[in-house]
Amino acid sequence: MKHDNLLLSMLFVFTPLSLMAIGGGSSVLGALQHAVVDDQQWLTTQGFFDMFAISRVAPGPGTLIVTLIGWHLAGLAGAIVSTIAIFTPSSVLVVAVAYLWNRYPDAAWQKALKYGLAPLAAGLVLSSVFALLENARGGWIAWVVAALVALAAQKVRLGPVTLMAIGALVFCGLFRAFG
Amino acid sequence: MPAPLALPAEPITLFEPDRIALTDQKENSDVFDDDRRAERHVAAARPEPQPVSTPPALVELFLVFTKLGITSIGGGVNGMMHREFVTHRRWFTDEDFLSGLALSQSLPGVNVANLALWLGYRCRGISGALAALSAVLLPPAIVIILIGDVILRWSGNPVVGALLAGLAVAATGMNLWVGYLATRYACTDIAAIVLTVAAFTGCTVFHLSTLVVVAVLAPIGIGIGFLKARR
Repeated sequence: MKHDNLLLSMLFVFTPLSLMAIGGGSSVLGALQHAVVDDQQWLTTQGFFDMFAISRVAPGPGTLIVTLIGWHLAGLAGAIVSTIAIFTPSSVLVVAVAYLWNRYPDAAWQKALKYGLAPLAAGLVLSSVFALLENARGGWIAWVVAALVALAAQKVRLGPVTLMAIGALVFCGLFRAFG
Repeated sequence: MPAPLALPAEPITLFEPDRIALTDQKENSDVFDDDRRAERHVAAARPEPQPVSTPPALVELFLVFTKLGITSIGGGVNGMMHREFVTHRRWFTDEDFLSGLALSQSLPGVNVANLALWLGYRCRGISGALAALSAVLLPPAIVIILIGDVILRWSGNPVVGALLAGLAVAATGMNLWVGYLATRYACTDIAAIVLTVAAFTGCTVFHLSTLVVVAVLAPIGIGIGFLKARR
């Protein structure tokens, strides 16, 4: 049955992403986009970006974009399978480490994990940003607005939701003027 | 030590406006500086609160994490968790919380989910971990499906479409900032800089799959970390 195959392939696509998300969900956004838009062709580029936008203004972790993708593709079963796929492997790992932590509370391996994985997180988050901006609507406008939002986040005392709303409006303005 | 970042995160004000201390206002949505900020918070808040002796019931765990999951929009939940669990409820010591935070940020997976798992596990073992995880995920998952369905139905509308495109770009800008903070946090020496550049160029310039990049660089990084910790 086609439906079963879809659920199964969702499992195969999202499970490995779970363990690659070093430093958080933002690390695998590029890989997620590549998987669902290019490889599997489950979504158009625009569909992916729409869901990405929604996941950022909805409550809860942004990685719930995967739940939304699953829901969109295969209803409730899709939402459940995709959520379990993206959260189970990393969760098992965290609980295993929490267990080991209680048994071996030696700081050396904790420091080693932190030291070794932090550069990966940084590199992956930034390359995901590039992967998204390469495909975003608006071409150069997207790069400019993203850079401005990042700069504003660093310099201005505003909450993330306010910043994103302002950024979105600036994008729309530039897009109408130059796009 | 980086300069304190100056962004009051919205979720915090949503949460408990009357309890915001001066140090809390400096906390913002992001993750990578949270532990350093929290360390300052600790320094400011001696004597250290002691955790209560009886661990919280599963229902209580579930309810608290539900509140934290559903009130966090656009990040900022780590600071909220610190206040809730260490300052108010005293379920954890600062040391406990900070090591959990460091770990949930290093290990793969969503930071908030990892931290919930860690805290839940420390309180009530496996069932505590499951209660905390499902509480931070389930309610927001239902909300995103409901909101998503409505918004996606309107995405063909030119105005809604443009706004969504703008939001996606702005959200990517926030990620760019997170990437900047993460880079500043990670690059403590030459080896770490090389690893960061390797991870970035591997994916962006050489178009290697993320899986390959992680499989190669994670063991190397952790290995170097071990050698450094030994010294």
